[in-house]
Amino acid sequence: MSSDAVRGRLVDQAAGAGLGPITEKVLAGERLTCAEGLELYRCEDLFAVGALANHVRERLHGDLTYFNVNQHVNYTNLCNKFCSFCSFDRQPGQKGAYTFSPEEAAEKIREQADEPVTEVHIVGGVWPKLGYDYYLDLVRAVKQARPSIHVKAFTMVELDQIRRVANKPLEEVLADLREAGLGSCPGGGAEVFADRVHQAGYQQKMSGQEWLDTARAVHQAGIRSNCTMLHGHIETLEERVDHLDRLRRLQDDTGGFQTYIPLSFHPENNDWSHLPGPTALDELREIAVGRLMLDNIPHVKAYWILMDIPIAQLALSFGADDVDGTVVEEKIYHDAGATTPQEVQRGELIDWICEAGRTPVERDTLYNVVWSGEAEPVTTG
Amino acid sequence: MKAPTTTSEDAQDTAPAPPRAWSPPPAARSRGPAAPALARIRARVLEGQRISAEEALELHESADLLLLGELADAVRRRKHPGGHVTYIVDRNINPTNVCVTDCGFCAFYRRPKHEEAYVLEREEILEKVRETAELGGRQLLMQGGHHPKIQSDWWCELIADIRARYPEVNCHALSAPELDFFSVIEKRPIEDILADLVAAGLGSVPGAGAEILVERVRRIIAPKKTDTDRWLEVHRKVHEAGLRSSATMMFGHVETAAERVEHLVRLRDLQDETGGFTAFACWNTQPDGVPEEHLYPKKTTPAQYLRINAISRVFLDNFDNVQTSYVTQGIKLAQVSLRFGCNDFGGTMLEENVVSAAGCFHLESIQRIESVIERAGFTPRQRNSWYGIVDERHDGPASPSCAAEARPPLLFAEGGVA
Repeated sequence: MSSDAVRGRLVDQAAGAGLGPITEKVLAGERLTCAEGLELYRCEDLFAVGALANHVRERLHGDLTYFNVNQHVNYTNLCNKFCSFCSFDRQPGQKGAYTFSPEEAAEKIREQADEPVTEVHIVGGVWPKLGYDYYLDLVRAVKQARPSIHVKAFTMVELDQIRRVANKPLEEVLADLREAGLGSCPGGGAEVFADRVHQAGYQQKMSGQEWLDTARAVHQAGIRSNCTMLHGHIETLEERVDHLDRLRRLQDDTGGFQTYIPLSFHPENNDWSHLPGPTALDELREIAVGRLMLDNIPHVKAYWILMDIPIAQLALSFGADDVDGTVVEEKIYHDAGATTPQEVQRGELIDWICEAGRTPVERDTLYNVVWSGEAEPVTTG
Repeated sequence: MKAPTTTSEDAQDTAPAPPRAWSPPPAARSRGPAAPALARIRARVLEGQRISAEEALELHESADLLLLGELADAVRRRKHPGGHVTYIVDRNINPTNVCVTDCGFCAFYRRPKHEEAYVLEREEILEKVRETAELGGRQLLMQGGHHPKIQSDWWCELIADIRARYPEVNCHALSAPELDFFSVIEKRPIEDILADLVAAGLGSVPGAGAEILVERVRRIIAPKKTDTDRWLEVHRKVHEAGLRSSATMMFGHVETAAERVEHLVRLRDLQDETGGFTAFACWNTQPDGVPEEHLYPKKTTPAQYLRINAISRVFLDNFDNVQTSYVTQGIKLAQVSLRFGCNDFGGTMLEENVVSAAGCFHLESIQRIESVIERAGFTPRQRNSWYGIVDERHDGPASPSCAAEARPPLLFAEGGVA
């Protein structure tokens, strides 16, 4: 699909940036090595890296850019994992600590009854006093409040906790959750897989290998999930490449990941507040390197709620093909200092995508098309 | 000089076209039909050649953001190989908000006799200047409305007063429409007015009021404001008076792509003659809460801001500096704009009334500005109004330290005395 002029520009730009051999592989659709991933992180020419990622993005999706109409439910902020990067967790009795009953969660869903919401994203802290039935009832209550809604719930970390309180094999737990109405799983909790970082920052949490094993079991149960990497804190570039490589190898085996979402570390109100967090330029590079390394994961998401709207819009030129959704009531990143709005209107999302020169497509959680700007040209303004 | 819309039926033929937003090109254009032309333009820019208006329009209508960023960054690097990004410690003082020009996109002004109309007392202004000087400030950006009773002698006194007490603080004051307004109400040539102001100590002139330098556009959005030719003539006279000025552009209202390019052409042509512009800065219309909000399209998104910055950096090859506007765009986008052609972070803006009145306010401390510049991979340096480095850390070539050293190079022989 790419014309000679486009290829010529890519090759010329990449050669100037010292990325000649990588460019040949990208143009041939070949897999990049970990060493090449490191080169992409270290290359000074951000636009050359972005152009390669954009090439892959356009080869996979053309100009199509996905979003959905969703809402978040963070059912509790009680947590016993004490992760250094987290600003959301509370202990019992601490100011602001809360847990929604299943009925309260359902009420959040009913509040949005007039909005065309297709997905609820449910994640929360890890709290051992919540029993197995709580989780099942939570999913059931939400599903009952809006039967058409897709329930994307519980990270691998939460699933591990649910398995523990259920005292059953994960396979059986997943079957129960599915029967209650679980549709898919979000990608959080992966952080950075490397043991060094795990030990230093979140040792109470499951290890990187355990996260991957759990994701494998989820995929084997026929449930799709997303994957993430929390970048921009104490991890090295080598550890980032290792993380991407481990995601890629699991995906080779299962094909269960739909979307990769780089998560920018936000340094406010947590144990790592002395760290600066990634810059906007770092965030763009993270999108680009993810797109280039994860050749077997269909989508890369620029999660606007933590990148900021301008950077998420720009990321659509650096390899991202998804911006997440309207996101009603996000709490976790706002406790960490995110200053973005807690929700955005569907029309605004469409405007950003169009002004980035892309074609907006509203999707459901599993990337079925709900509405397409292709069939119905959009005029902004 | 009629208002943009009326309710009467006969207005249908005479009323200007309603505002419309320019629609950005689908990215597919850049890799499809436009790809060969874009490849040629890319090669020309990377070789250091000047591009034509037609080529600028092609970039505007077809180029993807990555190409624009690549080219703007290359031009920026050629102009500023040391990787410095400058900023100025300054304060914005708006001595009055009284204005009779009635621009529908302005949320700041008040008509005379309006209950919120104000004129700052001299002592009040001097107190602000004192605070600025104590914080190491180098510049006062002073602009106001077109107050029918305030003439150039009021400003001459104010400037002379400030210069006498705080000689290290430059008065960067009075946009071209304000200067033109004096000329009209005082019935004196602009040269005379400028001579008085220069004698009083005016050190440089801001580039505001340019909006879009195309008459079709100005008749719609600012029919009572100084017209295109006059705006340019006033800047020419400013340059001839030995002062530098800056240039601006406000986009995202009723202008077409071709009109944006025409604006840049007018600026580049004048700069070819005088060399008097220090810098270019642009911003999008901030339509929330302005008097004629209903006439304006929705605020443009960040992708357009980067697009216009990059095209301007590439096209305005005779401008040394392109300034980002974190006040209107926010700090994160400003940081990214340093890769889309900008090499200057603007002012610390100890006070910014005009923009905050339009519901958009980002005030950043010096430390934060430095950190944002550094973390984007650049070296922050403080400058003065003439883009001379005033930073103790400076290791580069000598720079203009005052208005006399900064006189427009194409009009004044180097080192010459007027």
